[in-house]
Amino acid sequence: MICLGIEGTAHSIGVGIVQDVKGMCQVLSNRIKTYQPEKGGIHPREAANHHAMYIASLLSDSVQAAGVDFADIDLISFSQGPGLGPCLRTAATAARALALSLEKPLMGVNHCVAHLEIGRGTVKGCKDPVLLYVSGANTQVIAFAEGKYRVFGETLDIGIGNCLDKFGREIGLGFPCGPKIEEYASKGDEYLPLPYSIKGMDLAFSGILTASVAYARNGRRLEDVCYSLQETTFAMLTEVTERAMAHTEKQEVLLGGGVASNKRLREMVQMMAKDRGASFFVPSRDVCVDNGAMIAWLGLLMYQSGERMSLQDSLINQRYRTDMVEVSWRD
Amino acid sequence: MTRKILYRGAEAEIRLAKYMGKTVVQKQRVHKRYRIKEIDTQLISYRTKEEAKLIAEARRHGVSVPVIYDVDLLNGCITMEYLKGRRVKDILNTLKEDERRRICHLIGESIARLHEHDLIHGDITTSNMIYYENRIHFIDFGLGSQSIELEAKGVDLHVLMEAFESTHSKHPRCFEYVLEGYTKQLTGDASGVIEKIKEIVQRGRYR
Repeated sequence: MICLGIEGTAHSIGVGIVQDVKGMCQVLSNRIKTYQPEKGGIHPREAANHHAMYIASLLSDSVQAAGVDFADIDLISFSQGPGLGPCLRTAATAARALALSLEKPLMGVNHCVAHLEIGRGTVKGCKDPVLLYVSGANTQVIAFAEGKYRVFGETLDIGIGNCLDKFGREIGLGFPCGPKIEEYASKGDEYLPLPYSIKGMDLAFSGILTASVAYARNGRRLEDVCYSLQETTFAMLTEVTERAMAHTEKQEVLLGGGVASNKRLREMVQMMAKDRGASFFVPSRDVCVDNGAMIAWLGLLMYQSGERMSLQDSLINQRYRTDMVEVSWRD
Repeated sequence: MTRKILYRGAEAEIRLAKYMGKTVVQKQRVHKRYRIKEIDTQLISYRTKEEAKLIAEARRHGVSVPVIYDVDLLNGCITMEYLKGRRVKDILNTLKEDERRRICHLIGESIARLHEHDLIHGDITTSNMIYYENRIHFIDFGLGSQSIELEAKGVDLHVLMEAFESTHSKHPRCFEYVLEGYTKQLTGDASGVIEKIKEIVQRGRYR
């Protein structure tokens, strides 16, 4: 079965084409276009305009890159939520139009669950992980328990990526700020104390953001502020992930989301896993960031497990929570 | 000294040991290689100290907790009473609804006693409660603090609400029962905290 997936929850519009090979996901093509705001953060309507501008060419490029015909595609899936309304609607509209014109079934999927499933689908040995999902908007620790993907820990205020971006903007770095902060941090060596904010398995970043901005404004070395910001927030993320692993008694950890590209975060989570005797997995970069292939893969899993979606049910849901998804494709 | 590891948690090892002829539990916080030394040392000694302090305070106010025998701040180790009960996490799903309700009432009453004296547990999950001799014993105050704020008490209960949702989802009324016990035990009005919990839920993403 071949599925084409359209991702459009935030700044990226992506089209991925996948097929299943003995239960694993084979990515045939995976194209992404990312909206870059001129200044500030993501403007939802501008991002949606960006997506509308590129979706048609992305679709034809993807089909070509995959070496298939539109007629070969068996299913169209799209990111139904959570995300920014205008962006979600653009991707959903494209998916509906494609499904109707090709006369193929349509499947809306949860973006957060897709991040987890693409790990299980593409990384060998990754079967039942605890996912640390870290992106601009999302920071969640997700694992399968009692028939659903459940959120064991999450941010109580802003996502980690958003925390880094906001800090970066305050000190004059361009979006996305994560890679630049990572570079500064690698040259820092003095730790400046920051709040360490963990509540059970939940986290809060806004106080750390405020304190870091204050350090920067008071003239502390930017390298040291970035270093302290990363070390504190990543230690918190690693700690809640470890707590979730202990709580669920799972032996695998998977990273997902844009911030998973950060080498220091990877190193910390990997070290934690090693010391617990657990396995550490991170998908290849193209399927780790927001992308169409993961949307296609989850759509395929759902369809093959017997789920169907009517056009009427394909409305987007900006607040589509991870634990709202009925998981029909796993025991 | 005989040492047997009972449980390896996320931040500490729980082991059986002998202390002045008694079988005791030692909670040994372990260093984490993934975090820098400044954060690691600070967290271990701060949490060990806070935990010991909070356990002693909780006992003073009639909440069942293990008796503390010794605190070693330098090594991050607390020596305490060995409770031979079972974790509430392991028994809650197997009970009849009436009994589950009774247990949840006990949990709520204990949390009310803590909050009445401005003690915040910080990690109220069913893994951190031991059912022993018909009482709910609270353990693991490692993320605890003292606070008079409604916010802290609301977050404290919210952590439990989420634990119920992820671990005892088949029994959706547990948290409601806890709040019944909480409201009954609290001398003051519980509605402020309950409103706060709703506010915290709304604050979360995608609610």
